[in-house]
Amino acid sequence: MTALPPPSAKKLGLVIDLDTCVGCHACVTACKGWNDQGYGAPLSDMEAYGSAPCGTFLNRVHSYEVQPEDAAPQIINFPRSCLHCDNAPCVTVCPTGASYKRAEDGIVLVNESACIGCGLCAWACPYGARELDAEAGVMKKCTLCVDRIYNDNLPEEDRVPACVRTCPTGARHFGDLGDPDSAVSRLVAERGGYDLMPEMETKPVNKYLPPRKKGAVEASPLAPLLDVQATGFAGWLDRLLEKF
Amino acid sequence: MHPAPSVVLFTVLSGMGFGLLALLGLGAAQPHGLAAFLHWGLGYGLAVGGLMASTFHLGNPQRALRAFTQWRTSWLSREGWAAVLTLLMLAPVALAAILGAVLPPFFGATGAVMALLTVYCTAMIYAQLRTVPRWNHWITPVLFLLFALTGGAILTGRSGFGVIMAILLGVALYWSFRRGDGAFAAKGATIGTATGLGALGEVRQFAPPHTGGNYLMKEMIYHVGRKHVSRLRIVAILCASLLPAAILLFVPPLPWVLAVAAAIHLVGAFAARWLFFAEAEHVVGLYYDAR
Repeated sequence: MTALPPPSAKKLGLVIDLDTCVGCHACVTACKGWNDQGYGAPLSDMEAYGSAPCGTFLNRVHSYEVQPEDAAPQIINFPRSCLHCDNAPCVTVCPTGASYKRAEDGIVLVNESACIGCGLCAWACPYGARELDAEAGVMKKCTLCVDRIYNDNLPEEDRVPACVRTCPTGARHFGDLGDPDSAVSRLVAERGGYDLMPEMETKPVNKYLPPRKKGAVEASPLAPLLDVQATGFAGWLDRLLEKF
Repeated sequence: MHPAPSVVLFTVLSGMGFGLLALLGLGAAQPHGLAAFLHWGLGYGLAVGGLMASTFHLGNPQRALRAFTQWRTSWLSREGWAAVLTLLMLAPVALAAILGAVLPPFFGATGAVMALLTVYCTAMIYAQLRTVPRWNHWITPVLFLLFALTGGAILTGRSGFGVIMAILLGVALYWSFRRGDGAFAAKGATIGTATGLGALGEVRQFAPPHTGGNYLMKEMIYHVGRKHVSRLRIVAILCASLLPAAILLFVPPLPWVLAVAAAIHLVGAFAARWLFFAEAEHVVGLYYDAR
């Protein structure tokens, strides 16, 4: 049923640290690698070795340049994927009931065997989180690796989304954002995590942590050691040589 | 938004078809025998043909029947129901007219209301989308309904009603173009709010996430042909509204005159509907620094 369930107590989602992300695209690769072979239709590529390759991905990493008024410009790498919104417009527009939000943990999923590929859910999403697979004709989106996070066959450290597991800088965090005491919720509170495009009233679960404020370059702690003053005989020689 | 030919065809033809069915249901024209067969046949042909065209853009059209299940929440599902109910409810009225019998006007009137509801549902599929500020407004259903009623009035030869509808359509088109141009900015979504980095300073794209295209860019970032926008707007208003209104006003409603008026109206309707999609900007373009 494409009616949204009442807000769940448990809200699984991601917290993405824009201060730490280096834009290596490892999360993109890990996501495609994992979701290519398990849950639902594989993520197809069209003309993968041709002149205009094009394919389905559930996660994309943009790079932006921000120019503050009074400081040097900054490069910020920006991973973009499904935000598993509480008020998900992609769910209610679906005519077949294929697009749904789970009542137990808030994950937004697509039942591919009911999807007719009309694309309306992708139109309804402000974040570009959904891509219609050109080969299978069904809508693909981030599943929060639902086939990993509850998978008892995997070692415990692997029971997180593939993108989180692979991130070499620890810029991606996974957890329950409905629990105010969870590690991710505390992180959001400490670092001022925010919603993307709040004016769209989608109430995203995923949060983004802003880049930390970059102040002026601090003096090195070793700086005093460099300021060597010669004393005694060396000092006398120093002063003497200055005179020539 | 990408103006997919199947969707432009569908919305224009089925809109005109349901408009014609609504006016026939209301008894705007009361043909008998062969004339009734031609009138009702044209209405059914346009409506059903348009609905068939709409399935061409589906990834898995063989599952289209599932689209009837979610009428509680989805405008697309409601449209499917309204369309089928209209075609079923007006079938006895059409048969009676062809066979020379007369049904109480209640049957035709309820079918007509259903036909207009179908057009309203079609329009709401677009008007409900916050992500496309140009569409997200009450003018969208008003435009779709005026297109349907103008087309129906021309095809049934109701000159007086047709002139009023055509002129209202022209005014609505003009106003929707003007309002639409400022709609995106008025919504307040910028690359700054999309990334949340706007508070730090001016944001611009440094490197795109992929060097090739993707579904999002093909479907939602469309700017080919926007350079002809102002000319196409004139074509839309002139052909959809002003010329048909003039013909209905000054030329006696002979069948061939009505056919010419309908053809001119269709040219305008296609231009307007192409613009409806091609000019619509989706907020996802902000991430790509492109609209």
